[in-house]
Amino acid sequence: MAEPIKIRAQLDGDTANIKILMTHVMETGQRKDAKTGQIVPAHFIQSVTVTLNGKNVLDTQFSQAVSKNPFLGIRVKGAKAGDKVVVNWVDNKGDKGSGEATVEARQ
Amino acid sequence: MNPSRRTFLKGAAGTAMVATAAGLLPSGVLAAEWNKPAFEAKNLNDALKGIGASGAAPSKDIVLKAPDIAENGAVVQVEVISNIPGTQSIAILVEGNNNPLAASFNFANGAEGYVSTRIKMGKTSNVKVVVKAGDKFYTASKEVKVTIGGCGG
Repeated sequence: MAEPIKIRAQLDGDTANIKILMTHVMETGQRKDAKTGQIVPAHFIQSVTVTLNGKNVLDTQFSQAVSKNPFLGIRVKGAKAGDKVVVNWVDNKGDKGSGEATVEARQ
Repeated sequence: MNPSRRTFLKGAAGTAMVATAAGLLPSGVLAAEWNKPAFEAKNLNDALKGIGASGAAPSKDIVLKAPDIAENGAVVQVEVISNIPGTQSIAILVEGNNNPLAASFNFANGAEGYVSTRIKMGKTSNVKVVVKAGDKFYTASKEVKVTIGGCGG
């Protein structure tokens, strides 16, 4: 099972700063295993979607060139404290991960 | 063998009949489908063609923040702020990577033309971003020197 996604969503005025950290190997398919000398097959997140209160705000497509444990920072206008952020990803093997958080007022 | 490619071609053909200029096809139409031709393109021009952005014009309204020197090519922090009104999508490309297109982001429902992420770079090269606003494409780039490559072993 995929590890949970870490999400932090903080309000700045009416803009939500959303930071997302996913756990994934993001294997390029170009690296050789040091022990066996075999190429490690590509395994990477291909798409990430983010919704705010059920409305789609971001559709992302990744290649293998996104770093291991992908980080994603976005800003969404018209947000308020308590809004629900949902993140879903799918990788090239069909594995899925999801996570959710609520938008917090700035401390 | 590859159903997603099938669907992609079928969809593209159908849309192309409506939008005569294939180069102007909005990438948003295929948002849900991984853009295989663009991501598997081996050079910058083909990758740009894949996202329909061959004719992108340089713009000063795009702020591209990336380090001058990346000590570790496996983790290069890139931040893109598009001040172009009506920004719909941002794509990040690394000229020197085997497959230049690293990621693409489509915004909707209040999401600003802003993205921050971390990418891998195999060697020193230009990082190029393409912003789509309306039916037009804009671009900006910055060279990042890489001391240790992040692709391959």
